[in-house]
Amino acid sequence: MKSSAHNRVAQDSARDVTDRLLSGGGRPGAVKSAVFQAAVLSCVLIAIVTLLAVIGWAIVAGWDRLDLNLLTQMPSGMRSRLQTSGLQSAIVGSLMVMAGLAVTVLPLGIAAAVFLEEFADQERWYTRVIEVSVQNLAAVPSIVFGILGLAFIMRGPLSFGSVVYTGSLTLALLVLPTVIVTSREAIRSVPNSIRLGSMALGATRWRTVWHQVLPVSIPGIITGAILALSRAIGEAAPLIMIGTATFVTFNPAGFFEGRFTVLPVQIYYWSSQANDDFHVLAAAGVIVLIAMLLSLNSFAIWVRARASTDY
Amino acid sequence: MTVSPTASSAATPILRATRPRWGEQVIVGGLFVAAAFSVLVTGAIIAALLGPSLEFFAQISFAEFLRKGIWAPRQGEFAVFNLVAGTLNVTMYALIVAIPGGLGAAVWLSEYAGPGARKTVKPILEVLEGVPTVAYGLFAYLFVTPILQRIWPTFLPGALGEPPGIFSSGAAGLVMGIMLIPTIASVSEDAMRAVPSGMRQAAYGLGANRLQVATKVVVPGALSGIMAAFVLGVSRGIGETMLVLIAAGATAQFTLLPNESVQTMTAFIARTATGDIATGTMDYYVIFAVGALLFVFTFTMNMATIALVRRFRETYE
Repeated sequence: MKSSAHNRVAQDSARDVTDRLLSGGGRPGAVKSAVFQAAVLSCVLIAIVTLLAVIGWAIVAGWDRLDLNLLTQMPSGMRSRLQTSGLQSAIVGSLMVMAGLAVTVLPLGIAAAVFLEEFADQERWYTRVIEVSVQNLAAVPSIVFGILGLAFIMRGPLSFGSVVYTGSLTLALLVLPTVIVTSREAIRSVPNSIRLGSMALGATRWRTVWHQVLPVSIPGIITGAILALSRAIGEAAPLIMIGTATFVTFNPAGFFEGRFTVLPVQIYYWSSQANDDFHVLAAAGVIVLIAMLLSLNSFAIWVRARASTDY
Repeated sequence: MTVSPTASSAATPILRATRPRWGEQVIVGGLFVAAAFSVLVTGAIIAALLGPSLEFFAQISFAEFLRKGIWAPRQGEFAVFNLVAGTLNVTMYALIVAIPGGLGAAVWLSEYAGPGARKTVKPILEVLEGVPTVAYGLFAYLFVTPILQRIWPTFLPGALGEPPGIFSSGAAGLVMGIMLIPTIASVSEDAMRAVPSGMRQAAYGLGANRLQVATKVVVPGALSGIMAAFVLGVSRGIGETMLVLIAAGATAQFTLLPNESVQTMTAFIARTATGDIATGTMDYYVIFAVGALLFVFTFTMNMATIALVRRFRETYE
């Protein structure tokens, strides 16, 4: 019999291990196993230490310019004014791009997620096509979205020009897959009994989604949306392509008019200058950027912890 | 849906809507349009790349583009091989760091970490994944490169023994590798956790230790998922822009040495297309041709990833 042969193997090895332990020889390969454990643990530690190093280095390198001028003053290109040069236009630009991005991508992404989770027939070919294109878009390099923004949004069919909303829309396409995937997970975690109960009381499918499923999944959706925004706020490559100016000494006039710049592009511009004083500014800018990101992330974690519903 | 009262006496009740819900149909139609928008975006990307690329290839032949030679678009030299080599150079050094690092981190998270440690470490890795690449670029350029210049093993033979200049593919690759660890770790770990615990218990029951369970049961069992993680890592590395733009330089040359300045496909696109580029010039067309090549590379790899992930899902779920 096959299973008795398996049992015999198991018995033999169990006896073998027990014998070795009793004779004081230790588990076979204990040293090798410990070395392996240390090796895999060090992989995690390398990643964490690097994260701390990036933050620590930015604080040390940018320390001289971590002051209020950094937040309240406009960028200046003159060397004599470097001590008072700031990031105001970049910070305002980033916040405006984020606002335009949020109002664009959230309705679109959540609607797509609701369709795919609640209404789509998983067997149909067009559902498969949609799913594969979402998965593919999630891994398309951000610079390619920049090319799309340059050819179709800034110029071409939409021709918005180099304005804040061009940046918003380009980044919206970039983070759309993230919003769809995280919203779908939030919707999927709502137990089916809620849906069945609602429909048993006579609600239609849409009313069930609107009154039962969506209210419960909102915290998960918000968490995902914040993570998507925090990814977008650090993106520079697509924005360089749509003509985000590298040197703007005024805040954007509006969503559809006027030149604008954003934090990561301003940091890139400073880093590409030969003068070391600009590098100090760039490092200080990195701190501002990471501080914005960490507060967004903590907010997401807070929402998730506070509003999670247990069934 | 309601049960019509006349049917309640029949053996099988007829379930149907009392009246068609046109409003509902319109809403579902709207949701479908939102979902189909991703397909539209994919189509728009292909269309945006294809038009100008065709213009480009009308003037420069395919063979002239895909050859080894000089890359100097302003002088009419379009041998893209140097940019591809630059991309491969940086990505190769990144993967030397990211593959063992990401795999090791995934093994630790799935096989060694207790629930408490997992709960602490996973959010940290998520933050690491979310750090803007412009910050990594600056870190590589202003922190890692000076260190490499100081500790470079100058006893190495030939060109390899020269310390790197202010731009080097090695510094960019090293930092990119660490940047990719969380990505590779999280996809590999998902696959490892999908391996049924019965397989682990059987191995432990046979007297295997953790090392043997991890390397002989879990890793082979999750192989297609781990391959997907590697392919995703390559795809991310090839597509990374700001890090290489800041730290790897702008010298389009064919070299695999870590101490040389190289230009990648993405860095070329970002450096050339700065928004005020004139439409209809060769400068304009060439960024689309390079972009199309980049898209073909990453698209192929994304499709491979999707197929591999589907395979491990099908195996165990």
